[in-house]
Amino acid sequence: MNLILKIWRQPNSKSKGKMVTYPVENVSPDMSFLEMIDMLNEKIILKGEDPVAFDHDCREGICGMCSMFINGQAHGPDRLVTTCQLHMRKFRDGDTIIVEPFRANAFPVIKDLIVDRSSFDRIQQAGGFISINTSGNTQDANAIPIEKDDADKAFDAATCIGCGACVASCKNASAMLFVSAKVSQYSLLPQGKVEATDRVLNMVNQMDEEGFGNCTNTGACEVECPKGISLENIARLNREFLISKVKT
Amino acid sequence: MNGLALSSLAKKYSMALSGLFLVFFLFQHFTINFISIFSKDMFNQVSHFMGNNLLVQFVLQPILIFGVIFHFVMGLILELDNRKSRSQNYYMTKGSANSSWISRNMIFSGIVILSFLALHFYDFWFPEMKYKYYHFSPLDPNRYYEEMIHKFVSPARVLMYSVSFIFLSLHLLHGFSSSFQSMGINIKYISFIKILTNAFAIIIPFGFILIAVFHFYNSH
Repeated sequence: MNLILKIWRQPNSKSKGKMVTYPVENVSPDMSFLEMIDMLNEKIILKGEDPVAFDHDCREGICGMCSMFINGQAHGPDRLVTTCQLHMRKFRDGDTIIVEPFRANAFPVIKDLIVDRSSFDRIQQAGGFISINTSGNTQDANAIPIEKDDADKAFDAATCIGCGACVASCKNASAMLFVSAKVSQYSLLPQGKVEATDRVLNMVNQMDEEGFGNCTNTGACEVECPKGISLENIARLNREFLISKVKT
Repeated sequence: MNGLALSSLAKKYSMALSGLFLVFFLFQHFTINFISIFSKDMFNQVSHFMGNNLLVQFVLQPILIFGVIFHFVMGLILELDNRKSRSQNYYMTKGSANSSWISRNMIFSGIVILSFLALHFYDFWFPEMKYKYYHFSPLDPNRYYEEMIHKFVSPARVLMYSVSFIFLSLHLLHGFSSSFQSMGINIKYISFIKILTNAFAIIIPFGFILIAVFHFYNSH
């Protein structure tokens, strides 16, 4: 396959970026999108130029590091995959592919396609944990009965990898799907109920402080989420936040 | 309740509750208008009651006007807030791949509906207020039906009303069910809410169009 890539290039967070066009030839349809970018970078390096900077780590679809906005969609045109699991067979010979970083004021661009998603870390630090010392005296998991439905929903919420596709896809750059998944994964389980009130209040407050937009229920986040996190979690977050505010 | 008013979720709740209040009013308005199709006398009676009952005039009417203004102002604030959260736009976005056009353009359909409300107030509410509280004209319980059909003589006016109600239908298709999601409704009720939303968003606005067209043809 021969392709034309239009990639966002921005030397650093202070400078103004621009789209730069790169032709790439002999791309295998079996390559992942990141392998195709690797191939492009090898050519750029041989020319003595600065390679395209992009985030990546596991390349197995589980770490959430790769964060590209491809042809107008987070992680590209495929469903339920991260960019590293997107394969070039999803494109056609001769295509022009637009590659941009995830855009939100809470995700400032560091360089080229790399954005700073530490705002997610700060939201997690605000309440996405259980304050129980588990070293040496962990209770047997089977000793705490949990309804299968709740266990399944908590597990589904816990599959959120914090990639930020929800924010990137939302027209308002809202982080509600991420925050709701993190709140739900704990609040559905007995271990997490103890701190449920403080957790939801603190995480939503932190989300607001980071400058994410408001959720208007377009549902784009659910569609673009590589882990299929459900909007049901946002409804649960809305419910829990209101109850917690009334309680306090 | 400390700090609730400042939270982003408080804006969601207030949009949802004011929207649901307006949905309830819309249903009541439609019911009264629908009476005009089959009974001139009953329409006059109900309209006379609504136009002269002290509770309706001096308690419910101000609440309704506040509700309309609040819903629009809050929607505008949300839109401006949300635009600030992404100062650099994408070179290319494919919104249609993951969301409906109307869910992404509620502010647009809202502005069309607000423009229609200005026309509607000009047609009905201002003349009514002038009649009762400026000219202090005598109470006439039989004037409402004639006044209403007079407004639907012009085809341009009927067309404007119809287009506005199509936008109202689109606005409701997203807004009605979205209000329940914002209030945190349990997933097990979502299917019912979706059915209710689709039924309400089609029957009520197109019912209003039917009433306007019915009186247009009757007056010619």
